Amino acid sequence: MIQTRGLTKTYGDVRAVDEVHLDVREGDVYGFLGANGSGKTTTVRMLLGLVMANAGEAELFGEPMPKSAASVLPRIGALVEGPGAYPHLSGRANLALFDAAAGARARRADQRSRITEVLEQVGLDPSDKRPTKTYSLGMKQRLGLAAALVRRPPLLVLDEPTNGLDPQGIRDIRELLLGLNRAGTTIFLSSHLLAEVEQMSTRVGVLDRGRLVLQEDMSAIRAVTGLVRVRTPDPDAAIALLDGRVQERGAGEVVVRADDIADLNVRLVTAGVRVTGLEPVRRTLEQVVLEATTP
Amino acid sequence: MIRVELVKLLRRPRTWVTIVALNALPTLVAVLLAVTDIGPRPGSGPPFLSAVLTDGTLFPLAALGIVLPLFLPVAVAVVGGDSIAGEVQSDTLRYLLVRPVSRLRLLVAKLVSIVAFVVVATLVVAVVAYVEGRLFLGNAPATGVVSVSGTTLSSGEMLERTVLAFGYVVLAMLGVAAIALLLSTMTDSAVAAALGTIGFLIASTVLLGLDAAESLRPYLLTRYWLAFVDLFRDPIRWTDVVHGVLAQLAYLVVFAGAAWANFATRDINK
Repeated sequence: MIQTRGLTKTYGDVRAVDEVHLDVREGDVYGFLGANGSGKTTTVRMLLGLVMANAGEAELFGEPMPKSAASVLPRIGALVEGPGAYPHLSGRANLALFDAAAGARARRADQRSRITEVLEQVGLDPSDKRPTKTYSLGMKQRLGLAAALVRRPPLLVLDEPTNGLDPQGIRDIRELLLGLNRAGTTIFLSSHLLAEVEQMSTRVGVLDRGRLVLQEDMSAIRAVTGLVRVRTPDPDAAIALLDGRVQERGAGEVVVRADDIADLNVRLVTAGVRVTGLEPVRRTLEQVVLEATTP
Repeated sequence: MIRVELVKLLRRPRTWVTIVALNALPTLVAVLLAVTDIGPRPGSGPPFLSAVLTDGTLFPLAALGIVLPLFLPVAVAVVGGDSIAGEVQSDTLRYLLVRPVSRLRLLVAKLVSIVAFVVVATLVVAVVAYVEGRLFLGNAPATGVVSVSGTTLSSGEMLERTVLAFGYVVLAMLGVAAIALLLSTMTDSAVAAALGTIGFLIASTVLLGLDAAESLRPYLLTRYWLAFVDLFRDPIRWTDVVHGVLAQLAYLVVFAGAAWANFATRDINK
C-alpha cells in the first residue's frame, strides 16, 4: 500500500528524514511512532506530495508519488498535523467545499447523504449551522476526520487523529477507525502516543531522528520472550532450585528462562516451592521502542 | 475549482465588507457635493467630478476615478494577498492540495477569483454611484453628454464607453492581482503579502512623480491607470489605453508566471 525506498529530506545540514524504507501492507493499521521532531510529519507530507523529497522514492498503491498524485490522492483520506477548516462556514459547508474542490461531479443528494453519514460517524451534529470558528478543539478534530473519511477512501493517513479529544472521544474514534479497518480500510497512523498505537496497530514503525529504527509486526513485538515471571513467597528456594536460569529477581518474584510453563510449575511445586502466580513475560511496545531509540 | 473559489469569495463576509468600504468615499463625496454644491474647478480633482453637479449620471465615472488610484488596488492587494497565504493561515491549503487540487489549477482559480472580485466591486461601485448620482446630483439633459474633447456624445455612445471604461479598470487591476498572488505564494502571512503589494503601488506612484525616473515611466504599474478618461475623448484616444492594457498583461505574465514557478514545487510545511 505504501512503499518507500531511501526516502530522504534534508533542510540545510539537518537530515530531517534519512533513508526511510516504509512498508505498509493492505489491511494494516500501521502505527508510525516517533518523538516530536523525529521527522514523522515530514514523512507524511512527502507521502502526500506536500513536501518534495531530496532523494529516494515513495510508492502508494504501487504508483510513484508525487508523480501520480492525481490518481493516488483521491484514494487517500488525510489528516495532517491538525485539522483545517474555513472559519466562517459551517462544518457541513466545509465538507461540501472540500469535496467539490477536487472536481468530483457527485450528485447533490449523494453528497449530502454522504456528508450527513460521516458527520454522524465522527460524532458531530449534521444539522449544526454554526461556523467552525465557534468549534472547540475536539470538534475541529472530528471535522478534520470527517473530511478525511468523506470519500470512503481505501487508505487513511492520519497524523495524531485523537489530538484534543476527551477520553470518551478518543475511545469513539478508536472504535470507528478499527471498524473501518475491519471493513478493509488500511490505516497509516502517525502518533507519539505509545498506548494509542499499541491498542490499534497490527504493524509498527519507529522513527528516531529521521531514521526508521524499527519496523515490525505487532505480533512479533508482543511475542513471548521465553521468560516466565514466577510469583512466590519463597524466592530463595526458587532460585536455589532453578539456579542458572534465573534472569532477575524482585520482591516476591523471580524471572526465569523456561520453554514450558507447565513443566516449570511441576518442578517448583514438587520441590515444595509455593507458587502464587506464573506468567509468560511479553515485551511492551514501550520497552521495544526505548530499546530501539536509545543511542 | 474555479467555481469553488468563486463560492468561497462570495460567501465570505470580508468580501462584502471590503466592497461596502470601497463605496464609502464616493458616497461621502456625493453627499458633500449635493449639500454644498461646490464642485472642483474643471480640470482639477478626479476626472468627471466637476461635471457631476450638472449631470448626475456621470457620477459612476467620477466614483471610478475616486476609487481607482488607491482604494480599489488596496482592496485587490488584500484579496490577492489572502489568496494562498490565507489558505495557509486557516490550515486549509494542505487539505486542498491532498484532495487533490493541482497547484496550477489552484493558482488559476485564485487569479480568476481575484479578477471576479474586481468585477463585482467595480459593478457595485458603478450601480451605487449611479443611484447616488440620480438621487443627489444634477439631472442630466436628455440630449447627450459633452465629451472631454468638447463634442457631444449620445447616451448610446456614453453607455458603450462607460462599459469600455469599466472593462479597462478591471484589466488595470491585473498587475496588482498578479503581484499580490506572487507575494501570497512566498509568505505564510496574508497581511505581509497585502502590504508588500501596497509597497509596489506606493513605489510606482513615487517613481511616477519623479522626473529622474522618466525612462522607467512607461513600465510603471500605475502609469496608465487613469487613461480610461481617454475613452471619453472624441474620437477615442487609444494610445495610452492600449499601452495600459499591454503593460498590465506584461505584469500578469511575469508575476503570475513567477508565482507558478515558486508555488509549483514549494514544500508545504504548514
